[in-house]
Amino acid sequence: MLRLLNLELQKLLLNRTSKILIFVSFILPFFVILLSSLKINVFGIFTLELGELGIFNFPIIWHLTTFFAAQFKFFFAIVVVSMIGNEYSNKTIKQNLIDGLSKKEFILSKFYTIVFFSLVSTVLIGLITLCIGLYYSSFTELGIIIQEIEFLFAYFIKLIGFFSLCLFFGMLIKRSAFALAFLFILFILEWIIFGLITWKANADIAERIQGFFPLKSMYKLIDQPFQRIAMTKFPDKSDLAYDYAVHWHEYGVVILWTALFVFLSYRLLKKRDL
Amino acid sequence: MDSILKLNNLTKKFGYLTAVKDLSFTINKGNVYGILGPNGSGKSTTLGIVLNVVNKTSGDFQWFDGKVSTHEALKKVGAIIERPNFYPYMTGSQNLKLVCKIKGVPYTKINKKLELVGLLERKDSKFATYSLGMKQRLAIASALLNDPEILILDEPTNGLDPQGIHQIREIIKQIAAKGTTILLASHLLDEVEKVCSHVVVLRKGEKLYSGRVDEMISSHGFFQLKCNNQEALLSFLKTNEAFGTIKVQDEFITAFLNEPLNSEELNRQLFKKGIVLTHLVQRKESLEEQFLKLTDKN
Repeated sequence: MLRLLNLELQKLLLNRTSKILIFVSFILPFFVILLSSLKINVFGIFTLELGELGIFNFPIIWHLTTFFAAQFKFFFAIVVVSMIGNEYSNKTIKQNLIDGLSKKEFILSKFYTIVFFSLVSTVLIGLITLCIGLYYSSFTELGIIIQEIEFLFAYFIKLIGFFSLCLFFGMLIKRSAFALAFLFILFILEWIIFGLITWKANADIAERIQGFFPLKSMYKLIDQPFQRIAMTKFPDKSDLAYDYAVHWHEYGVVILWTALFVFLSYRLLKKRDL
Repeated sequence: MDSILKLNNLTKKFGYLTAVKDLSFTINKGNVYGILGPNGSGKSTTLGIVLNVVNKTSGDFQWFDGKVSTHEALKKVGAIIERPNFYPYMTGSQNLKLVCKIKGVPYTKINKKLELVGLLERKDSKFATYSLGMKQRLAIASALLNDPEILILDEPTNGLDPQGIHQIREIIKQIAAKGTTILLASHLLDEVEKVCSHVVVLRKGEKLYSGRVDEMISSHGFFQLKCNNQEALLSFLKTNEAFGTIKVQDEFITAFLNEPLNSEELNRQLFKKGIVLTHLVQRKESLEEQFLKLTDKN
């Protein structure tokens, strides 16, 4: 396993473009979260300190940071798609197989890399959240800190799921730019199907079915936190209440998609004449 | 003799087109094999199948008597297919390092092999900056990293300039001299004739011949003769059983042999009959003539 990871890391880290993109995809969310936690003096008129709003309190901070950090996953998605696209355009995939890498190992080396970077990203976000939380939070009891830490795990699963989808599209289409376009098409397609079901049945059923679509199921792992922040401000408004928790079946759906995408990528490569 | 690669009734179809048809042959250790065939005769497809990049339609193949899986076997094989495929953003030695990781070979081999192909000074330049000849030499270095049991070369001199072709040939000869088994696919006949001991001839995916190069040129050769008394010579040749077809072209007579006969013996016999030759050349048919004869049928 380490051999395969090592192999892929060499391919990625010696490429300047992917190195920059990896750097951006990890460092950018890190800094955005860090900056937002600072006290910002806006032209001396007033000071903006998001921490005062109570959003950096445990446990809500887990929800908030993972949700925002996940928006930066697109940078690494480009890396994933291009690490497949480059292998095809340089024909190095052919050479790798001739040199004695099996097709299974080839897919696994890509998948391990995805898991590795998702893990690094999760650990980084975990650390920064912990630091900001400990600094701002009014409660620092261990019980409260680790409450809702499952958002971190959801973040990890969400990244792996999304990047596996990119891996599959990369294998399917072989060209990075088109694969990214397909990602966008899938996004639109999911909404069109959602609209069709709403039209034919009703919004409630449509929403439930939508929860099983690949992109939506990944998105739903970490629901948007805005409503929840509003809830904390106006606790008496019960119509704001919604289900933001991470459920086991939501993990299940995403893990299933992940397994399917990795398996399909392998099948695709196995069937293909290079 | 140890068999390295065995093909049994291998077939590959691309839709309605049959690229390789019922192909069987065996590669034994220590020989230099050539796969000959015109463009599109299935050479590269055949190599692609045994190298795990093209899926076969039917039949099977075995590396090293089938004791190991294909991808494990390929770690003991060195192969170059058509064009050198490397990561353009990595340097020569970084690319080889990656191959070492795949094959499980220590990095110490890298400089040794780069020296063999004369790329040591350029090992830290990016692959993208290499000329085609250098790329091809890097590919050979990469194929040799694991000191392979068999080296597979598919059109190794394609697209190179004369110097490049010469360099690659010299390297191949050096490797062959060390006793490494080589499988060389080419449509360049003199290339095969110069380095190979065995040959497999393909046409439209079918095997036409497989065996030793010198047995393929199985005829006993022919004489080119010239003499002032042409008629006497002709009647002698026609009555002699050693000769088959006889062609007359201007003053030259070409006589094909049915059985071995050396020029000294022929000259002596003719002299006894009072026929004095002004021109006597004994030749064997070249591989090229033989190859064209084989592939031109039908």
